[in-house]
Amino acid sequence: MNARRVVADFGVFSRGYIRSRIGAFFALVFPVILILIFGAIFSGGSSEPVSVYFQNQDGSQVSNGFVSALNGTNTIRLRAVDTSQNFTSYLLSHSASDGIVIPSGFSSAFISGKAVNVTVYGNPASTTSAIVSGITRGVVNEFNLKRAGGSSVIGVEPQNVKSQSLKYIDFLVPGLVGFSVLTSPMFALVNISSQYKRDKIFKQLSLTPLTKSEWLVSKIFFYIVLTIISFLLMTLVGVFAFGAHISLTPWIIPFLVVGPLLFVSLGMLVGTGSKSVESSAVVGNLVTFPMMFLSGTFFPVSTMPAYLQSFAHVLPLFYVIDGLNNVMTFGNYGAALTDLGVLLVLSAIIFGLAVRFFKWRED
Amino acid sequence: MRESDGSRLTEAAIEVSSLKKAYGALQAVDGISFAVREGEVFSLLGPNGAGKTTTIEILEGLRKQDAGTARVLGTDPWADGYALHKKIGVIPQGFKFFEYPTPREAVKYYAALFGVKADVEGILAKVLLQDSAEVYFTRLSGGQKQKVGLALSLVNDPQLLFLDEPTTGLDPQARRAVWEVIRGLKREGRTVLLTTHYLEEAEELADRVAIMNKGRIITSGTPAEIITNHSSGERLLVHGSERLAKYLEKNASLPVEFDGRDLISLSLHRKEDVMAAVAAIQESGLEWDDLRTKRDSLEDIFVRLVGEPMEELEAKA
Repeated sequence: MNARRVVADFGVFSRGYIRSRIGAFFALVFPVILILIFGAIFSGGSSEPVSVYFQNQDGSQVSNGFVSALNGTNTIRLRAVDTSQNFTSYLLSHSASDGIVIPSGFSSAFISGKAVNVTVYGNPASTTSAIVSGITRGVVNEFNLKRAGGSSVIGVEPQNVKSQSLKYIDFLVPGLVGFSVLTSPMFALVNISSQYKRDKIFKQLSLTPLTKSEWLVSKIFFYIVLTIISFLLMTLVGVFAFGAHISLTPWIIPFLVVGPLLFVSLGMLVGTGSKSVESSAVVGNLVTFPMMFLSGTFFPVSTMPAYLQSFAHVLPLFYVIDGLNNVMTFGNYGAALTDLGVLLVLSAIIFGLAVRFFKWRED
Repeated sequence: MRESDGSRLTEAAIEVSSLKKAYGALQAVDGISFAVREGEVFSLLGPNGAGKTTTIEILEGLRKQDAGTARVLGTDPWADGYALHKKIGVIPQGFKFFEYPTPREAVKYYAALFGVKADVEGILAKVLLQDSAEVYFTRLSGGQKQKVGLALSLVNDPQLLFLDEPTTGLDPQARRAVWEVIRGLKREGRTVLLTTHYLEEAEELADRVAIMNKGRIITSGTPAEIITNHSSGERLLVHGSERLAKYLEKNASLPVEFDGRDLISLSLHRKEDVMAAVAAIQESGLEWDDLRTKRDSLEDIFVRLVGEPMEELEAKA
């Protein structure tokens, strides 16, 4: 390994990268655009109250009290439907699935102690319906308790993990950093390795003292630098545009180093094993796309079905993103160390295979 | 057929003996032997698929032969490739490079890889690239790209250069510019192994030529030797009618061929035959035009030996 040659190759490659602009766009601008889009879609979206139609067929003081108790939760926003309307057809004609109907005789039943039901309309597949029925049940219990003349003994004190509440953006930033750790080196190296083979550039280089390991190491250095720059950009956008909570610890650095090492080698391996530029692109996508979506890039892996979660655990990118989440969001360094260990072993194997199978010259 | 006279020499830059290489069922190189002297331009001439590139890649240490031996500057190119590469310069066929360095940057890059203090401007001047020294490689014309290849092959100041079809696909002007560079290399005393499928190029540049076809060397020697050894002799060509052709056949006592349109060709065995032929033409009293003698060119011999006219070969290229 000769540092002068690695530096020379690094210089030519990085200048070419900047001049071609396309690579720079995908490495630096694209992740920022993704963060802006996903951040905008999900930021604050969950704090909006759920809209619920209701029909108060009773119209008494008691039923009005029930309605204001529902409103008082601040979790749902009630929209009154006139009693002259057929409630179910009204919901359908407004493409709404959530509704509450207070039947006539609600007040007299409440006072006389006769059983009466508040009807809750909903769609079992929708998360808002679960919220509406839960909220309604809570208010009903409160009324029942009041009717029986009792008072609450057991209360609930909501408390979030960490001091502040974790928001979607807090998962999104590590996820998208992982996304760019994966995509920039993978797409580039798959393409480069097959294209250089076609254009005989590897042969050309093999006629110089540059060795293939030096060439590969120069690419790895380049993508480490690129990853660190895109990490800084994404973190800045996440923090300043969306108020992401990120702990900047030196623990992040190993992941920004091992990630590119792993995916430069993997890209090289895929490109080297393919016969043509076209087939390498297909194989490259086959390897890249499942990782891109199933490793916790756009949403936490824990929200996925169990079988997909076990699949995610065999994807190398999962350990990058899980590790970044552990250090940037949870401060769980023990778990991060496990992720790092897995990544180091994987990188060593894949780097070794890439150097082994990547050929400057043919027999 | 005569063997090349490499054996007579003491200093051989390249020595090849019974070299063979097959790709599956295709015998790309089929037992060839030749030697290249120090300081000469040696050309492997042949149609596409003749085995020229395979041969040259074996000599560069990029491929391993199946059988036979190759010695380049006294080393085994496959086993000692890494050491050999510091002493040779190469332009592979259809030279391509990274898209975005400029020629100047490319030369500096190679100098850093070789760990030499190269005269960057001198090299750019030698390959006539000073004017385009700051243009990205991808925006250079085909001829200029080829010159970048030449420039890179010179960075380590090599004794021996391998130029694999350095002018294929270039326009005539660019081709001549590359020729000029190659002549300059020869003047500096460097040895050049040049492959080409352009006969003109071999005739212009090469001290000695080996004609290759289907993995074998059909003949070799200086262009003049090849012409002498394989020529069918001198001919007198004249434009005239079929009547004139018939008249000459009867009266000139020389073999006559008529191309069916207007070209009559008489084979000349002795110098005096020219006089007799011209006299017979004059005596016929028939119309004639454009009288000239013609010797077989390397191309005529190539066509005869390889069995395919050059235009067809170029169309395949």
